[in-house]
Amino acid sequence: MIQLKSLKKTFRKTRVLRGLDLDLARGDRMALVGSNGAGKTTLVRCLLGQYTFEGQVLVNGLSPREHRREVLKRIGFVPQLPPPIKMTVDQLVQFSADLCDADPQHMLDVAAQLGLPIDEVRNRVFVRMSGGEKQKLLIGIALGRDAEILIMDEPAANLDPEARQVFFNLLAERLDRVTMIISSHRLDEVAALVNRVVELDRGLVVLDDHVDDTIDMSSVLDCRIQLSQANDAFRKSISEWGFKLNEDTWLGQVAGPDRLRFLGVLSRYAGLIQGIEMKANNA
Amino acid sequence: MKHLLRMAQADIGESIRARWFFVYTVVFGTIMVGLLVSGLTESRIMGFTGLSRLLVTYIQITMAILPIFMLITTVRSVVGDREAGVYEYMLSLPVGLAAWYWGKLLGRFIVIFLPVILAMMLAVGWGLIKGVAIPWSQVILYTILLDALIICFLGIGMLISTLSKSTDVAQGAAFLIWLFLLLFLDLILLGTLIREGLPAEMAVGIALSNPLQAFRTATMLLFDPQLVLLGPSAYVILDLFGRVGYIWWAVAYPLFIGFSTAGIGYWAFRRRDLS
Repeated sequence: MIQLKSLKKTFRKTRVLRGLDLDLARGDRMALVGSNGAGKTTLVRCLLGQYTFEGQVLVNGLSPREHRREVLKRIGFVPQLPPPIKMTVDQLVQFSADLCDADPQHMLDVAAQLGLPIDEVRNRVFVRMSGGEKQKLLIGIALGRDAEILIMDEPAANLDPEARQVFFNLLAERLDRVTMIISSHRLDEVAALVNRVVELDRGLVVLDDHVDDTIDMSSVLDCRIQLSQANDAFRKSISEWGFKLNEDTWLGQVAGPDRLRFLGVLSRYAGLIQGIEMKANNA
Repeated sequence: MKHLLRMAQADIGESIRARWFFVYTVVFGTIMVGLLVSGLTESRIMGFTGLSRLLVTYIQITMAILPIFMLITTVRSVVGDREAGVYEYMLSLPVGLAAWYWGKLLGRFIVIFLPVILAMMLAVGWGLIKGVAIPWSQVILYTILLDALIICFLGIGMLISTLSKSTDVAQGAAFLIWLFLLLFLDLILLGTLIREGLPAEMAVGIALSNPLQAFRTATMLLFDPQLVLLGPSAYVILDLFGRVGYIWWAVAYPLFIGFSTAGIGYWAFRRRDLS
């Protein structure tokens, strides 16, 4: 579905991509990881037809530079940093839907599912919304259209745990028909969403591996955590995940694909944890 | 075509909400109201009376302000959007580059043209209410000349913004171009150069190739032009071209500059990195 052949990109005298080869088939969910300057953003921009380059980039056999509209019609994109767009929410959604021949209401519905209060924000200028609200709207626009390829740059970074769970469910609904590229500089942020990991280092693929994808994207884990003593920092962190204190036990739920990220948070308080239980909720 | 109009609409919407548009509209509205209130229409100077004099004054002030306003806001908008990452997202949507570029240009043209022309219509409306004779041929000529001037500087602005790497560079280049054209007006540096013995052919060549000078001379052609008002080279040019010929030049030449610079800008825009 996506083919990159000997892809090279140079900015002035700095070569950022150095002859990259990559093939993605339909259904591939690829984590694109690497440190800052590895070439992730450059690769994504080449795929979106925004950069000139040496080599070949083909999406369904078409070059994104020469067949912009045909190629981009199939791609839903969520950037890492929401752009400072000065349109209102309604205008941005209508504008995007017009260009993509999509239903604007569907985009708003997806954003609403993620917890964006549409009626409250529809007349608000996009740039004045909070980081989380912007992210929800951009995900709504990307998932609310008939895209075959999703390119997302740390898409869940600004989302609260509840919205993350909805986001995972929305992705789970599209697993069979969508190819995904999720860019991140941390694998644990996206590990649960992908079945393939590609690591870039200084413009080259240094790791290309398939990973276990048995995690059900829509699964939920019931969690119980006991501490040896009360701790303010822990209370603040765990409350952000929606946990409630019941006598001496913290109770809450974690989205299945989020378990690694959650355990990463808990690891900061490993010395305080007296007991921990995570059980799949099959209800 | 649908996408081009959609882009123009989006640019108009964004511009209307922007602070520069508010300032721009207030500036031209205030100039016109100021001219009306100052009683200019009741005075007579150098053959200009009533609304004619008011419109000539208005158009001369416009010539000084409009190009720099256009250049600065246009170059800031395009390069600024690129720097801020707006392009990365907006150009990931399935829109053709031609629709994007020319739609933006069309939207910007409408947004810049409307306040200037509405201020002029305010004067016409005021004249109708007061029963003052309306110089329709002058109103029509000024509308056409303003069109040409706006397209000229929009094209230059789009070219600068496409070629510039940063907003600072673009703004600096825009300001220099405006200053250069302003300096080579007949009554400023060009007049001085003529006094210092610049060959007549060169003075005429410079005056002809300066779109601001072409605009300035053409705005006064409907009247009996005097040397002190027109400046020396414009006076000679008028003698060579004739009134109608010069008006054609003053409309066609800025349009040519505008469309050709915008065209070169588009060519560069397509070939370079977009974000």
